[in-house]
Amino acid sequence: MTATTTASPKGRRRDGPRRPGLGGASRRRSAGPLFVAPFMVLFLLLFLAPLGYAAYLSLFQERLIGGTAFVGLDNYTQALTDPQFLHGVGRVALFFVIQVPLMLLLALLFALALDSGLLRLARVIRLGIFVPYAVPSVVASLMWGYLYGPDFGPFAQIAQKLSLPVPDFLSEGWMLGSLANIVTWEFVGYNMIILYAALRTIPTELYEAAAMDGAGAWRIAWSIKLPALRPALLLTLLFSVIGSFQLFNEPKLLMNIAPDVITSSYTANLYAYTLAFTGQQVNYAATVSFLLGLVIVIASYAVLLTANRRRTP
Amino acid sequence: MFRIRSTPSPSQMSRRLFLTAAGAVSLGAALTACGDSGGGSSASAKPVSQADIDKAMKTPTELTFWTWVPDIAKEVALFEKKYPAIKVKVVNAGQGTPQYTKLRTALKAGSGAPDMVQIEYQAIPTFTITNSLLDLRPYGAAALKNTFVDWTWGQVSGTNGEVWAIPQDTGPMGMLYRQDIFDKHGIEVPTTWDEFAEAARKLHKADPDVYLTNLAANQVAAWHGLLWQAGGKPYVTSGKSDITISVDDAVSQKLGTYWGGLAKEGVIGVEPDFTDAWYSALNKGKYATWITAAWGPVFLSGSAKATAGKWRAAPLPQWDASKPSSGNWGGSTTAVIRSTKNPIAAAQFAQFLNSDPASAKMFATEQFFFPATKALLTDASFVGDAPTFYGGQKVNQVFADISSTVSSSFQWPPFLDQAATDWTETVGKSLADGTDTARALGTWQSRLTTYAKKQGFTVHS
Repeated sequence: MTATTTASPKGRRRDGPRRPGLGGASRRRSAGPLFVAPFMVLFLLLFLAPLGYAAYLSLFQERLIGGTAFVGLDNYTQALTDPQFLHGVGRVALFFVIQVPLMLLLALLFALALDSGLLRLARVIRLGIFVPYAVPSVVASLMWGYLYGPDFGPFAQIAQKLSLPVPDFLSEGWMLGSLANIVTWEFVGYNMIILYAALRTIPTELYEAAAMDGAGAWRIAWSIKLPALRPALLLTLLFSVIGSFQLFNEPKLLMNIAPDVITSSYTANLYAYTLAFTGQQVNYAATVSFLLGLVIVIASYAVLLTANRRRTP
Repeated sequence: MFRIRSTPSPSQMSRRLFLTAAGAVSLGAALTACGDSGGGSSASAKPVSQADIDKAMKTPTELTFWTWVPDIAKEVALFEKKYPAIKVKVVNAGQGTPQYTKLRTALKAGSGAPDMVQIEYQAIPTFTITNSLLDLRPYGAAALKNTFVDWTWGQVSGTNGEVWAIPQDTGPMGMLYRQDIFDKHGIEVPTTWDEFAEAARKLHKADPDVYLTNLAANQVAAWHGLLWQAGGKPYVTSGKSDITISVDDAVSQKLGTYWGGLAKEGVIGVEPDFTDAWYSALNKGKYATWITAAWGPVFLSGSAKATAGKWRAAPLPQWDASKPSSGNWGGSTTAVIRSTKNPIAAAQFAQFLNSDPASAKMFATEQFFFPATKALLTDASFVGDAPTFYGGQKVNQVFADISSTVSSSFQWPPFLDQAATDWTETVGKSLADGTDTARALGTWQSRLTTYAKKQGFTVHS
């Protein structure tokens, strides 16, 4: 995947026409691999090797009694019909569909508001929205877990004071929403910064020209800013696909305070963790992780494809 | 713009090359990883001579010890003073499960495992099944049998008499209760579970904000302890691959009907323990008792300071008042990892740390551990302690008396983590949701049986 920030619909070719008659061509060709070698070595060791090892592991089954046996694709056929895995994937997909649009919309609104220059204390606000991202998700989950508390949490306390029914944020029906709230709180600022940075790169001449043509602030936002934001929005969307499907920290921590709602297979990632460290089924965990990776690749690709298709009518 | 581009052909070549290389690397890694597992058997255990021991203890050696006990350096210093040639490096690798996870990883990798490790009683079988612990009999551990409380020795012994670890502290179960709440509502300290259930109903009726107790829906250890008290034998192993799983037998059903019934009636709490909400609840008097273990009194006096002076301790209510019994919850041991290069020194350390009178006493006075040695449980300075948090009651004496009523035949499965997770998602969930706990026990049984069979065990029920 390559990122180019120039939004040319046809995609500009990077390599220009070959310049003929340069004597150093062959020497250059032999020096090239040397320059990329450090990257390739790291890429191989840190990225491909673990991936390959996981793929290798997923073809075996190790049992507490009887040792390790080669089982081929058995783990994969098992996972594809494993309700715990499928429910986990389904749940994060639902989470993605609900949480991500909300979060990106909020991020977009904040970014536009900050970019408009109409806000007082813009820097303070910008920092304020971004700060939750600096809070480790573990801390954030613990904090929200406390806020959600049904007896002594502040929301419950206020509800009790006003003699209103106490909302049970940690119940089965609310849980996904409670998780979405934590994740949104954490990542709105992060996405806002990306969008805001993209807004700052738009040449001001465009605004001036639009103003000359009689466009108001809303019109400028709709017709200039939003189209220019498309690449950045797509980027945040892709990050969100990956983040949502890998949902782990937040449910893992809320599990301590709501063990009857968040099961060990609540999300697919949590399931892989449980398999490896609770059930000692390392091989099956590798299979589940691999399949989850595949799901993420497909989902990312689908997002890209729909976005690109919409661009070229 | 984002686009997945097709790579030009030259780099495609090299990509294939890299993939092959990656495959080879990972294969190699896997093979070395596999080579180390499944070590030798423990059948022959020849005693080590005293001369060998003396020699080893005078040879300069460095040992690594994984433990989560705070300030354990004080006890370790006693050992180093006696054996100046030996240096012990103390590492805190996390408490409980996180440490076990690291240990399993190190064992699998074949390097990085410590020489000695702190391990809870219930986790011992999950490490003996993988042949990871050293049998301490050849190093004189069998001679310590009478130093420790009888039931602890049963917990650290293997089916063929192996000694897998040396007991450090224990957690015989009792009941801490709020004298003030009992007085206010005219409740007598219940001595049987029937009285307990009546008191639960009476108290909650009198004050809907207060519950007699909380049975945490995430605390399988408490459930196991209560099962232990009731005489349950949920897991019985014979040989290495045979296991009898009976978490749904008559005893379990009795417990399930009792606690499930109280939870369904809503007269006890079922919230997860050791959470912020739970600490608040204890501080604010939401619960009138805490069914806990011998480590509970010190723990509570630290975490529910607002209630100082109001708590008292008593034995657990009984199923059969004529035969008082209790179970154990928590406590840990020191084990030696089989892969150690210095088995003699490591084994001597494990023994010294927990059986040397000065060291054992230090655990009771410095870390406030509930002792595992018989000597300390009759030591006047230990059992005579009368903390003001408990209104001057001799709490240690109460639990020392309870310790002698713990049955010694309770066993743990070699896949406890799985059993715990399955419990939380079946029995625990039924308690939290107020659904049929007796039926949830059946689900627990079948989930566990399926797992055990898949892991290659021969399962009886």
